[in-house]
Amino acid sequence: MTTTRILEWLGRFYIFLLLAFLYLPIIIMALMSFNASPFYQLPFEWTTDWYASLWQNDQLISATWNSIEIAIITTIISTLLGSMASLALYRYEFRGKKFLQALLFPPIAIPWLITGTAMLIFFFGIGIGRGLVAILLGHVALALPYVIVVVSARLQTFAPELEEAARSLGANQWQVTNRVTLPWIMPGVIAGGLFAFAVSFDQFVVSYFLSTPGQTTLPVEIYAAIRKGFTPEINAVSTIIIVVSMALMLLTARFFKFGGEK
Amino acid sequence: MAGVQVANVSRSFGAHKALDDVSIDFPDGGFYALLGPSGSGKTTLLRQIAGFDFPDTGRIAIGGESVERVPVEKRRIGMVFQNYALFPNMSVAENVAFGLSVRGEPKATIAAEVQRALDLVQLGKLGGRRPHQLSGGQRQRVALARAIVTKPRVLLLDEPLGALDKALRVDMQIELKRIQREIGITTIFVTHDQEEALTMSDRIGILRDGRLVQEGPPEEIYDRPQSEFAATFLGDANIFRGDATGNGIRLPDGTAIAAASGASVAVGTKASCAVRPERIRISTGAATAGADIANVLKGRVSKRIFAGNNSTYFVDHDGQTLKVIVQNSGAERLAEGQPVVLSWSSESTVLIAA
Repeated sequence: MTTTRILEWLGRFYIFLLLAFLYLPIIIMALMSFNASPFYQLPFEWTTDWYASLWQNDQLISATWNSIEIAIITTIISTLLGSMASLALYRYEFRGKKFLQALLFPPIAIPWLITGTAMLIFFFGIGIGRGLVAILLGHVALALPYVIVVVSARLQTFAPELEEAARSLGANQWQVTNRVTLPWIMPGVIAGGLFAFAVSFDQFVVSYFLSTPGQTTLPVEIYAAIRKGFTPEINAVSTIIIVVSMALMLLTARFFKFGGEK
Repeated sequence: MAGVQVANVSRSFGAHKALDDVSIDFPDGGFYALLGPSGSGKTTLLRQIAGFDFPDTGRIAIGGESVERVPVEKRRIGMVFQNYALFPNMSVAENVAFGLSVRGEPKATIAAEVQRALDLVQLGKLGGRRPHQLSGGQRQRVALARAIVTKPRVLLLDEPLGALDKALRVDMQIELKRIQREIGITTIFVTHDQEEALTMSDRIGILRDGRLVQEGPPEEIYDRPQSEFAATFLGDANIFRGDATGNGIRLPDGTAIAAASGASVAVGTKASCAVRPERIRISTGAATAGADIANVLKGRVSKRIFAGNNSTYFVDHDGQTLKVIVQNSGAERLAEGQPVVLSWSSESTVLIAA
């Protein structure tokens, strides 16, 4: 009995250490965004000045709006295209299908630095150049494989007899997709959409390559600000991003759980 | 309602001939069982009739209308799948309503029809449940209600009772038969369970390797099988092989077996005789004289299996093991190793061409 209790205690301690390792830097940063001293000096003195001055920082605010807009548009486009691609890959047999499916995975593994360089060169080559449109195109390309993988995984659990049953009841292809297949894969579509949002909103490397001084995203703007000289405003904006990102990831986790339900 | 005609239908998948020139006339309002082992083509045939797949050659007609190139959604059929295929995102009532709803029927009509269908399958109160909250038997009924609510011309059932346990299956057999009679719909039922085929259907078609082996009413196939396969696949049968004599066969050991019915086989050619185990009498002494002892064989009991209302004796004769089923009449039971005399009439014997 005692051995079991010791093991249990050790287990809890281990998890505590793990969580501390993961979250301590973030917690300190969040706390410092409320500390009056810009140089991390203690004792801790509560203030919301940094959040207030963040509000005055037009560059950061416009970059934030850019990030949010790009993330939302990326989510919509890549979720739509990705889900349609998943359905096509699930439903139809065609030449080169296996090859095409295999081609979907490497972009996830290729370093973003390389993808970013390649996109920069390519966009210049075809005349799009840098800027928000280039960033948006880049983000959609990055997010698509994630959506396809997540939605396809959900489709693997779909019973093809359901589509056959719907057809036998007189439903046309549109009705079958809309009323039987889509409701089933919806948790996967939503999870894929959240992934797409996260990929875009957290994206630094590719955005950095494709942004111009006026047209930039929040992570790139933060990096630029830090290079100029650190201010706790960055702590403040980072805290906001972390809260939003974590909320999104928790939502994703919740929808994945949905996916496990029969 | 309508009959279904399948004429010279063939379908190959690559080099595999799943259906090979199959022709069957499914009578209007009848209950027809397609029986066969797995891989015999029975499900492929059902899918051709449903319209999920089209035949390479041949004709399919529903109610006299050619449908072999009409897709499933336009065929006005009802189908029950082996795993029920209920829509998990819909309630029981929404599942049943689906076929009417995609047709754009008015809401009031749909509600009334759905209730009627659910009442018919005795699930009138469960419309609000989700499929995963139902038992296997209940899901089966929902699938049936969903398939018939649209008033299809034909009801197709793909091993619908396969996933149920034995006791529930017998209940559902009776229930399915009752509902089918009540609405009088032409029903085609795929099964590999010969007992199910015998008890439920008006006609049976036996398939093997993509070909129709024999078809007809259950009694006819059981009493007059035209092949060894039909004899042994539908029920149990003792098969004797020998040379045709004109009214039966002669076994290698010289014993003559007389058969009153069956194929006409040229004298001297190879042929078989089939006898059902319950038609054979078993006794210890000489067989009693009479008309029904056209066939007499000596043997020795090698094994007895007692099953309550009957016993099965395995009797060895000249290297062949014969099966005899005897009703439990309270008479003395034979011991293993005992010499016995088997006798049966020529009317119980069917001659089969090799």
